[in-house]
Amino acid sequence: MNELQELYREVILDHNRQPRNFGEIGDADRVIDGVNPLCGDRMTLYVKLNGATVQDVSFRGTGCAISVASSSLMTERIKGASVDETMSLFEMVHDMLTSDANEPPDELEKLVALAGVREYPSRVKCASLAWHALRAALTGTEHEVSTE
Amino acid sequence: MSAAVTDSASLAPTTDIASLRGDFPALQQRVHGHPLTYLDSAASSQCPQAVIDAIGTQQGLNHANVHRGVHQLSERATLAYESARERVRDYINAASEREIIFTRGTTESINLVARSFGGSRLSAGDEVLITWMEHHSNIVPWQMICERTGAKLVPVPITDAGELDRAAFDRLLTDRTKIVAFVHVSNALGTVNPARELIGKAHAAGAVVVVDGAQAMPHKRVDVRDLDCDFYAFSGHKMFGPTGIGVLYGKENLLEEMPPWQGGGEMILTVSFDGTTWNHLPGKFEAGTPNITAAVGLGAAVDYLARIDFAALEAHEAALLEHATERLGEIDGARIVGTAADKASVLSFVIDGIHAHDVGTIVDAAGVAVRTGHHCAMPVMDRFGVAATARASFALYNNHDDIDRLILGLGQAVELFA
Ligand SMILES: Cc1ncc(COP(=O)(O)O)c(C=O)c1O
Repeated sequence: MNELQELYREVILDHNRQPRNFGEIGDADRVIDGVNPLCGDRMTLYVKLNGATVQDVSFRGTGCAISVASSSLMTERIKGASVDETMSLFEMVHDMLTSDANEPPDELEKLVALAGVREYPSRVKCASLAWHALRAALTGTEHEVSTE
Repeated sequence: MSAAVTDSASLAPTTDIASLRGDFPALQQRVHGHPLTYLDSAASSQCPQAVIDAIGTQQGLNHANVHRGVHQLSERATLAYESARERVRDYINAASEREIIFTRGTTESINLVARSFGGSRLSAGDEVLITWMEHHSNIVPWQMICERTGAKLVPVPITDAGELDRAAFDRLLTDRTKIVAFVHVSNALGTVNPARELIGKAHAAGAVVVVDGAQAMPHKRVDVRDLDCDFYAFSGHKMFGPTGIGVLYGKENLLEEMPPWQGGGEMILTVSFDGTTWNHLPGKFEAGTPNITAAVGLGAAVDYLARIDFAALEAHEAALLEHATERLGEIDGARIVGTAADKASVLSFVIDGIHAHDVGTIVDAAGVAVRTGHHCAMPVMDRFGVAATARASFALYNNHDDIDRLILGLGQAVELFA
């Protein structure tokens, strides 16, 4: 149970129960569909930009606690942030999920709750889906991202 | 060649199913500090020691290419490979070893039928009837061949219990139906289809029948002549054999008429630049060097199954399913997906407020292996309005303790998410 509590921290369970920024943004500048073909989970990310700032962001979809909480925590953290800062958060989260070299940086704030996922290789994709959708929203031209 | 089977076949079949667990070394280990509770046999089953030994001996001492050499090892390998085919033939009661094609598994078997038989027989206006409960491997090959030939793919709906809608089957089976392909036992729901009845009706309508037997083989004693199916596909790794090997059974007259689907060595008699002649069955459909070791492993798995009394096995598995169904009732918010009257020992379920993936991770921490996701049956998930389920599947080596550990793990999941 202890290891599980490391994965399913209270913050994660809370954001799963009550996801923040859940729903559509009618006049979003970017809408990205994310799929995890392994489990059939789907999420849609809505981003509204104001110049180089993420003015509003939201998501919809179905998924496991890890993917819902990751999406929810992400939207909460980046709303109002600059695109540059958001991209650097993407890198930090990616590092945190895939390598256990360093302690997660302080800038991640609440997002460090996702650190426990690292010990569960089959669940890393659940946590990273929203972030890949976000990167596609801010940089790419694709409208769909997949974890595969 | 049948000499190899007689010593085991002469023993009375085992009715003591509980004693079989000890034959499976994988089940003796601990996972995350708990005894392994393996409830994912529908995805892939564990191998008994006899299969592991047969694989080791074949690869370690008898390995050479088959059908090619005059030397001792090549003769041994050929004998072992062909004797595996004969054991499979005997086990499923096919009329001839020419009707046993070795493939990589169920998926390749169905692709072979779709491409070779479907590709040469279907044209615009024809229909291929499948069901709403098929594994993707009995959907996509038909979609691909329908796309190419202009035939139409028609899925028969299923009921809320996850049973085939028999009235819809009767209605959708018409003189346009050229092929009927259905799953014998559903991997996502556990539903056992009334195979003999469906095959009889399809034949009466003039259609050829392909049965996906991947999940039936570990639970039922399948007799292809009794079923009277035209094709029957299955995988070694779901019936206590290794991966990389499977079988397509086909009636000889149909296989004879079918064109080869892959070209290369082994499937030819003569090759010249003026033209090539095809090998006889089954070689015509086995281009290239086969997975010899895995075929030998499958032969050993069939020997193992042949020693089991299937009435006792079915009773054992029915008791497991009943115990699991009953105990799942203790879990708050749990709902079973697939409640057919005739059901194999497969329990697909969802729990309110807890995604199947989280269920899978939490019970894994208690050493319990279940499958989570869409089980390669997305139409089934859509039909029941769920994105994913957790699935516990019970095989001959499982027991009541396994189920009690699963329930304990599920209780922890509910507690954690409360
Ligand atoms: C009902 C059914 N059909 C077909 C398959 C595909 O088998 P394989 O992956 O061995 O080709 C499976 C395996 O999951 C199955 O359960």
